Amino acid sequence: MKRDSSGVTGAGWRMFAGGLATGQTGGREPAEAPPGHDDLAPPRSAWQRALAVLKRDPLAVFGIGCVALLIAVAAFAPKLAPYPAMGAGRSSVSTRVSAPSKEFVLGTDRLGRDVLSRIIYGARPALIAPLIVVLLAVAIGAPLGAIAGLMGGWVDEAIMRVCDLFLAFPSLLLAMAIVALQGPSLTNAVIALAVSWWPWYTRLVRGVALSLRHQAFVEAARALGASAPKIMLRHILPNSITPILVQASLDVGTVILATTGLAFIGLGSQPPAADWGLMIEDGRALLRTAWWTSTFPGLAIFLSVLSFNLVGDALRDLFDPKEYR
Amino acid sequence: MAEPDPVDLLKFITRRLALSILVLVGVATIVFALTRIIPSDPAALYLGPRARPAEIADIQKRFGFDRPLVEQYGQYLRGLARGDLGNSLATKRPVTQELGSRIAATLELMFAAMLLAVGIGVPLGVVSTRLRGSLGEAVVRVTSVIGVSLPAFWLGLLLQLLFVHVLGWFPSAGRVDAGLRFVAPITNITGLNLLDTLVTGNLTAFRDALAHIVLPAVTLAAYPIGLVTRMTRAAMLEVLSQDYIRTARAYGVAERRVLGRFALRNAIGPTLTVIGLTMAFMLTGTFYVEVIYAWPGLGSFTVRSFLNVDYPAILGMTLFGAAGYVLVNLLVDASQALLDPRVRVA
Repeated sequence: MKRDSSGVTGAGWRMFAGGLATGQTGGREPAEAPPGHDDLAPPRSAWQRALAVLKRDPLAVFGIGCVALLIAVAAFAPKLAPYPAMGAGRSSVSTRVSAPSKEFVLGTDRLGRDVLSRIIYGARPALIAPLIVVLLAVAIGAPLGAIAGLMGGWVDEAIMRVCDLFLAFPSLLLAMAIVALQGPSLTNAVIALAVSWWPWYTRLVRGVALSLRHQAFVEAARALGASAPKIMLRHILPNSITPILVQASLDVGTVILATTGLAFIGLGSQPPAADWGLMIEDGRALLRTAWWTSTFPGLAIFLSVLSFNLVGDALRDLFDPKEYR
Repeated sequence: MAEPDPVDLLKFITRRLALSILVLVGVATIVFALTRIIPSDPAALYLGPRARPAEIADIQKRFGFDRPLVEQYGQYLRGLARGDLGNSLATKRPVTQELGSRIAATLELMFAAMLLAVGIGVPLGVVSTRLRGSLGEAVVRVTSVIGVSLPAFWLGLLLQLLFVHVLGWFPSAGRVDAGLRFVAPITNITGLNLLDTLVTGNLTAFRDALAHIVLPAVTLAAYPIGLVTRMTRAAMLEVLSQDYIRTARAYGVAERRVLGRFALRNAIGPTLTVIGLTMAFMLTGTFYVEVIYAWPGLGSFTVRSFLNVDYPAILGMTLFGAAGYVLVNLLVDASQALLDPRVRVA
């Protein structure tokens, strides 16, 4: 255990932060399915397995439904919002702080804007920002992990030590420092979170690379004179896609909490953007008199994070990438 | 269980300590790089967009930003070695002093939350292994997935709305009532109000401090409760499937004893890891919780100085947070080595 000042234990933490602890889900428990049950079943296609997972996991179905709804809401925000102009930021003095009613289903905020429309518009940054964070983190982290695992030696050592250093920070704190020094904005928050997130993917892909390095097909490619970059692109990265996908889906939820949280403390989206975290902060001063201004955007965050976590659990269940850990 | 060999243990801890110091130097280097290299001009950033060039030059000179990077780096490391983090721009006091005067408040909050998380999570995890069929699984899964999905900054506000504004059960902000120091002043021993008031028998103040800490602690505990429950359950299930447990049961050892004496003891290692790592999560959790409940600790100080671009304070807090993280990891590893001799061999 030589690299675990933040290492082994850090990975453990990450595993839990995403949601599912040890793949203890549904039918894997002795009480339900006798051991070896799966071995006897005929091999099934990915779709059949997916259906089986969904059948015994109603929570996953709920999660998938919510995520689909979230994507639809983000995509068609101007069509769905009852007051698109308010959703985009226009204030209206005459309707300031009105309670939920027929006209404004979830009430209006300090500047008279329809809370429902703002939530609908807020789905865009809530969904897109975390996706970009995770994509950036994968784009930086995955190739480095493949290089580290394939090359070994001092290259591996150097890359992984740098990873360890980044993992020695509580990730939100590092991101906050970067944003504070760069000036608060959603763009900077996204960059900052990606900077503190990439080492997880480096570790993940390095694990895959190490497990594949001496597999026959990689040895064969090397014997045929394939260059290291080619082996990386053709063999290591394609084989990393499944574990990356599982990890990424678990991370999206956590990153939604981070981006909206940064907005809440003033280090993310800035007014007048429609951002759920910002809406909660904006409604804080009115909490006593106008509970709806903070409550509903928070509910939106909670449901989104919850559903991404449930989907991530189900994906992990489906692909069961325990071997990579 | 064999008694740990003290020499072995000492060696293990020394090695880990040395490694941790190396990590801290690296961490300090990253922080330096972040603050001196990435932003184009820290002085301009601090002074805001309307600063005059003369003012910028003045600030640059004061903080040594005009000197070569290598020199700045050397100076910075020398300062760190002396325990000098510079002076806060906002309060003009040394950053170490600012952090030092607030750490007790934050630690008290974190300990209270940890106590809740362990007090609820461990029993729930153990009991869930006794539930029939998939019920235990379902209970734990729902608890933990809700716990990790709740935004602390929202939960805090909801609890405040319900228990402070609607029901009026708890005070809304701060560590103690403003008037307490006239009625029953707290004797400062450890800085942890609950402990100090209890030791000095100051029950009026104890009750007041307790009432103030409940809501922030519950808010902070929501996330770790789920993690601890899940980890305890997973570790317990793993241990319970082992032969010696079957043997114990075959000998007719009472189930309560099997769970408590034989299983939980060996399941404690992984749970300890989660508890340690949760401390790190909690530190960032306090940023939200302390802002919402006006808790006068590190979290609210951090958020304030980050928003004000209080340069030395940002540096200091980032370093401090990383150091705390490294320290907690070290403690977790050391206590695991103490509990489980196998850890030391690896």
